[in-house]
Amino acid sequence: MSFIVDHYNYWIVVLLMMMGFYVVIAANNLVKKIVGLNIFQTSVFMMYISIGKVNGGSAPIAAEGITTYSNPLPHVLILTAIVVGVATTAVGLALVVRIKRAYGTVEENEFEDKEDLI
Amino acid sequence: MFAQHLPVLPIILPLMAAPLCILLGRSHLAWLLATLVSALSFVISVDVLLTTLEQGVLSYAIGGWQPPWGIEIRIDTASAMILSAVTGISTLVLVYAKESIAKEVDPSQHTLFYTAHLLCLTGLSGILSTGDAFNLFVFLEISSLATYTLVSLGSDKRCLTAAFRYLVMGTIGATFILIGVGMLYMKTGTLNMIDLADRIAEFNGNRTLKTGLAFILVGVSIKLALFPLHMWLPPAYTHAPSAVSAFLASTATKVAVYVMVRFIFTIYGAEFVFHTMSMDILLLALAIVAIFKCSFMATVQSNVKTVLAYSSVAQIGYMILGISLVSSVGLMAGLLHIFNHALMKGALFMAVGAVLLRTGSVDIKAFQGLGKQMPLTMAAFTIAGLSIIGVPLTAGFVSKWYLVTAALEQQQWVIAMLVLLGSLLAIIYIGRILEAAYFKEPSELTAGKDIKEAPMLMLVPMWVLVIANIYFGIDTSLTLSAADTAAQLLTQSMTEIEAAQ
Amino acid sequence: MAEIIDLVLLGMLAITAFNIIFIKDLFTVVMLFGIYSFLSALIFVNLDAVDVAFTEAAVGAGISTVLMLGTLALTGRKEKASSHKTILPLLVVCVTGAALIYGTLDMPLFGDPDNPAHQHVAPRYIEDSPQEIGIPNMVTSVLASYRAFDTLGETAVVFAAAIGVLSLLGLPKRDRATIQSGLKSHLVLRVVAKMIIPLIVLFALYVQFHGDYGPGGGFQAGVIAAAALILYALVFGLPMATHVVPPRVLKALAALGVLIYAGTGVVSLFLSANFLDYSVLAEDPVAGQHIGIIAIELGVGITVFAAMLCIFYAFAGQTERKNIQ
Repeated sequence: MSFIVDHYNYWIVVLLMMMGFYVVIAANNLVKKIVGLNIFQTSVFMMYISIGKVNGGSAPIAAEGITTYSNPLPHVLILTAIVVGVATTAVGLALVVRIKRAYGTVEENEFEDKEDLI
Repeated sequence: MFAQHLPVLPIILPLMAAPLCILLGRSHLAWLLATLVSALSFVISVDVLLTTLEQGVLSYAIGGWQPPWGIEIRIDTASAMILSAVTGISTLVLVYAKESIAKEVDPSQHTLFYTAHLLCLTGLSGILSTGDAFNLFVFLEISSLATYTLVSLGSDKRCLTAAFRYLVMGTIGATFILIGVGMLYMKTGTLNMIDLADRIAEFNGNRTLKTGLAFILVGVSIKLALFPLHMWLPPAYTHAPSAVSAFLASTATKVAVYVMVRFIFTIYGAEFVFHTMSMDILLLALAIVAIFKCSFMATVQSNVKTVLAYSSVAQIGYMILGISLVSSVGLMAGLLHIFNHALMKGALFMAVGAVLLRTGSVDIKAFQGLGKQMPLTMAAFTIAGLSIIGVPLTAGFVSKWYLVTAALEQQQWVIAMLVLLGSLLAIIYIGRILEAAYFKEPSELTAGKDIKEAPMLMLVPMWVLVIANIYFGIDTSLTLSAADTAAQLLTQSMTEIEAAQ
Repeated sequence: MAEIIDLVLLGMLAITAFNIIFIKDLFTVVMLFGIYSFLSALIFVNLDAVDVAFTEAAVGAGISTVLMLGTLALTGRKEKASSHKTILPLLVVCVTGAALIYGTLDMPLFGDPDNPAHQHVAPRYIEDSPQEIGIPNMVTSVLASYRAFDTLGETAVVFAAAIGVLSLLGLPKRDRATIQSGLKSHLVLRVVAKMIIPLIVLFALYVQFHGDYGPGGGFQAGVIAAAALILYALVFGLPMATHVVPPRVLKALAALGVLIYAGTGVVSLFLSANFLDYSVLAEDPVAGQHIGIIAIELGVGITVFAAMLCIFYAFAGQTERKNIQ
């Protein structure tokens, strides 16, 4: 039982990651692929933040009367990773817009007939 | 005054030049700035390489915070050697790019092209210099984002889908690396590579660390286009502007190979990766399949850029083969091939770009009769092609020689034979193009057109690389001593363990 | 109690993600993604990561969702049925998931203060940063000083994204002829927007300069300020917005922010300290740290604001063009 209590957080996060990952590789629509990438990444962020949690700790902002803080390092890493994520999303979506203009579709199976791509 | 800051300069010079390009606004000024900054970075990198050969590893604490609390720049001979190749190629490609992109890229985007190129260079230099696992991820993403942009600047609309595929796969790869680094941090409490190496040693066989390694290796394999995760590479290199193909083919995937070397040998240690997890067998198998499958694919393509792209995936196979032999000589051969392959693929793609400029096509038919019409370009293509095959007196021969030596050292006759057989396939795919250029009459694509030799600004960088191919094929003292020092340093822990046994 | 909240939120996330897989209406998918992002922000708060929650809410639920909707306006909102086989992706996902579960078996216990992650490097940040750096928000200390190089890279990534989007989509031209556009008929919306936008900008400034003491900092402030102008553009029309903040200026600002950040580091070089060592910026090292952090947070704020707005302009310019056609 205690094994489950100690790990359930990671397991659900893994489940979330895999749902995002599935959307990325299985979705037919390019916008949906990008949504999938975001879900995948956000779930990885959750794994990092879970690493940083300390039971009974509080947010890592020094204040009177608080002795236990959660670990600030994973927070910093994920702030950076979130920014990287939105940057990729922006470029990806811009590509989708251009693909729509050039091919007239953003459905993967519809330009497979013209040439095997993506 | 700046002597002690040299290790950080190849990163921050291009990083600051990129926004300056935007502020300058005019494309020829941006070109000039980018080329100068890149050249300066090259000079600094060579200086750093010579310093590491004399004094060993250079460490630089960013912000004055000592590692592992702060981020450390850590340059050993392996990093400095590849850094010199990357900054050098970048300079030559920038010189070459002026004429090349004038034809292939819309004029309104020239400034953006140089900015993206500088950002890509920043990312690559950062990956090669950093001593921090998470910082590596950040620089990997800078270079990747810039790369997606560069690929999408191609003139054919297929560059868009190629860039999108690259973006999706690249981001999956980066996220996998992120997962792996998270697992490393969770188990060790640090992100500094040396500190990680110390602490991982206690946990040999730990399941979380094993999984972390698996995710990092898969993620990096996507970035370096290891078979069967290479699907993004051929379309990206085919449809990107020629200058971009020349730069990426000779640097980006090679830097990813370096990342793999770093994670395997410096962070995890050969013991963990090859002994506990037996990754060498898997890598060896994939490398050999990559060499044969992709060399074969290269022989049946009609687009010469695609031929070279598949050839790149095959050549990456040789590098991974060197790593998977788990010996100092094998690793040295792998590192040497990273360096030499940069020289040959750079020259080849530059030659193809020149052909595209003059004939308007990169189909193999467009090459027919070019031996007479563009003699200098085709001579460059021929010599660089011989180097890919591995003919003596070229740089390609040296790395293949050591690869075979490393295989024979372990009595791996079959592998040595396979390396030679792979070269036979290279003879076929390079030979087809040479046959068209020298022994066939011009096809309907070029017949009747007056085709001139490539302009000076393209010929000079191309020939600098060609001469480098011959020079490093004859005088191997610098490359060999650098690769040897680098490999010795990386496999240090391995030899210590062997000695102890 | 916190565990129960955590569990409930995780359950809601799982339901949201599960729905995203099967729903074919992309508008719904994007909305669900916004919800997913907000829910994860709540989890981050619950796990004490307030700065991260702030950013996730502003970026994931804010900017990303807006960009996705902007894309949908151009590409259509229905996903067509796939002709793919779903077995291979499912297999890949199952193998990956199994590997991850295998990895969790040796993971340190969730929330245990004795975990290696909390024992080695992090204690220095928690115990010494309030004295060494002189500000209470440890996340800001680590982000802007100990690991300032990461944050410089992050600023470069944002800049690279702006470059990428600009090269793909281009910026809209300023055009005085079409200046009267936007949601003319929505009087209430226009009045409320006029009242709210100055407050949002004010809040952005507060977040920018209060990041040392509470959650926030340059990144969040930049996104919030960009959001104010995005709202302006949505209500009063893109031409009006480009009139207030011209695209060319934004491009220059995005570049300027990176230069401010890297320039701060170069100043340290000239004061014969290491790159990004702020201690030498003033006589007292702690005061120097403070000056350095304010300078680089300003650089981050400017680049993020300009880059996000640039990206929005580029997408909005596409939509307007389509509407005209």
